[in-house]
Amino acid sequence: MQFGIFSIGDVTMDPTTGRTPSEGERISAMTQLALKAEEVGLDVFATGEHHNPPFVPSAPTTHLAYIAAQTQRLKLSTATTLITTTDPVRIAEDYSFLQHLSDGRVDLMMGRGNTGPVYPWFGKDIRQGIPLAIENYHLLRRLWREKNVNWKGQFRTPLQGFTTTPCPLDDTPPFVWHGSIRSTEIAEQAAFYGDGFFHNNIFWNIEHTSQMVNMYRRRFEHYGHGAADQAIVGLGGQAFMAGSEAEAKRIFRPYFDNAPVYGHGPSLEDFTAQTPLTVGTPEMVIDRTLSFADSVGDYQRQLFLMDHAGLPLEMALEQVEILGTQVVPVLRREFERRRPEHVPSEPPTHASLAAQGPDGPHRQVVSSPVAIAREEEKAAREQEKVSAR
Amino acid sequence: MSRRILVISAGLSQPSSTRLLADQLADASRAAVGGRGESAQVETIELRELAVEMAQTMVSGNRPTPGMVDAKRKIAAADGIIAVTPVFTASYSGLFKTFVDLLDKDSLTGKPVLVAATAGTSRHSLVLEYAMRPLFSYLRAVVVPTAVFAATEDFGGDVDLERRVHRAAGELATLVVAERTGVAGLAGTGEEGVEPDAPVTDFAELLRGHDGG
Repeated sequence: MQFGIFSIGDVTMDPTTGRTPSEGERISAMTQLALKAEEVGLDVFATGEHHNPPFVPSAPTTHLAYIAAQTQRLKLSTATTLITTTDPVRIAEDYSFLQHLSDGRVDLMMGRGNTGPVYPWFGKDIRQGIPLAIENYHLLRRLWREKNVNWKGQFRTPLQGFTTTPCPLDDTPPFVWHGSIRSTEIAEQAAFYGDGFFHNNIFWNIEHTSQMVNMYRRRFEHYGHGAADQAIVGLGGQAFMAGSEAEAKRIFRPYFDNAPVYGHGPSLEDFTAQTPLTVGTPEMVIDRTLSFADSVGDYQRQLFLMDHAGLPLEMALEQVEILGTQVVPVLRREFERRRPEHVPSEPPTHASLAAQGPDGPHRQVVSSPVAIAREEEKAAREQEKVSAR
Repeated sequence: MSRRILVISAGLSQPSSTRLLADQLADASRAAVGGRGESAQVETIELRELAVEMAQTMVSGNRPTPGMVDAKRKIAAADGIIAVTPVFTASYSGLFKTFVDLLDKDSLTGKPVLVAATAGTSRHSLVLEYAMRPLFSYLRAVVVPTAVFAATEDFGGDVDLERRVHRAAGELATLVVAERTGVAGLAGTGEEGVEPDAPVTDFAELLRGHDGG
């Protein structure tokens, strides 16, 4: 199983000091957290993509390349890449390039973005959010898998004989996750292609998360990628840890109470009861995280949000340290202990996907055997009709 | 087959005249369903008990609190709804609107709804026609023709209120006991429950026209 951290890169005032970091400081802080993640043995660092204040990460591939240059082992991912407002041609080339730079340590999580005004800044319409996610991603798959692509869609200018440069490393496109909280269409999309499904459950109750994940699992099986419990699932989480529960709560409460997303709303106690947020000892975080698998099944990737709401860098670094040294080693052991043999422990990696070779399912645009069979059947029926005439 | 009637009462005080009216409508509706040879279970949501949770949901990214999850589940399961609000500043109360704002946009589609309101003066009675009815029409609910308004003076034993209560309850009961037509998978039966248990649109359908062909 993979463990890591994800950052939304919010530039938020520290409510205990009244100080707001500069954008440069925040970017540097995100980098230092990523380096810390590798240092303490975590597997993944994922950055958000936002184009509106108070968020700073607008150029994930630039940032991830910089981190790649300073790390050896860390997997680099996104949370999320905006498949709606970013041109798929741009995504295809940027992330292929990053794959080459980082020796294949890249995967991506697709998402639709956080707020309406961003769409028109990039010439798009939020009311088309789902169709954009569907069309753009299908084009992206083709760009990563075919040369001389001809394309005519609803949302961008047609392509004539276009070839992505550079081609993906070893002709093997990065593994893709689809992140969604509520949209069943996105869970369906992940299931159709046999991609991963990530539920950023940090603002939701586990019952809801479980419904979404289980829907994805059912559909993954429906499309012939394997059994439902073999589907590739990732979850979000958030925690703040200290030597005792009381101490953790005392330190974290002002940050919680003023957090951009949930501040001035529910109490810390209500929020921890209703969402995965755990404020307490490392043991409490271990117990809580292990319980996720009871609700969503044995899964492959767990990311934690640890640097937000104005937490100073030193504190966030310390949290990542505790996570890497005290929490994750236990979680690794315990998750593997409960995992049935046939359920994959890891999400696909560059090495495992490249090993499938050119005929492997990952290299096909549509990889669902069920969907392919259905299309063939339809084509055969059409053919019959034509010849009957 | 037992039918489920859900009462949504937005009264703030206790005792509340809004709740009083809601209970009269509920009793009359239960009796009216009974008169059609069916039984009805009535459940009531007091919005004042959900006030804090509604505010929390609003400011934390629309993450429904346990109370809101429960309320949504009850709405999904209801065969008919009685919605009663006090009149505040010439319209439904803010608390009432907040609750409606937090519902999924399709959660009331096709559901029979009886609208009712209370106020200090009868001069507010048209609130039902210019505020409540359009609100529920927008949500594609089926609002019964008779809307019930009660001013303070109407609680003084005026028989007219009682007559309107029974007429509205009768109209609601007719819709509540009506057999649904259609089968699941085409139009849906309205009994699928809250998302994401809703039926899945096959991806080939979603991809149609977007595959660059």
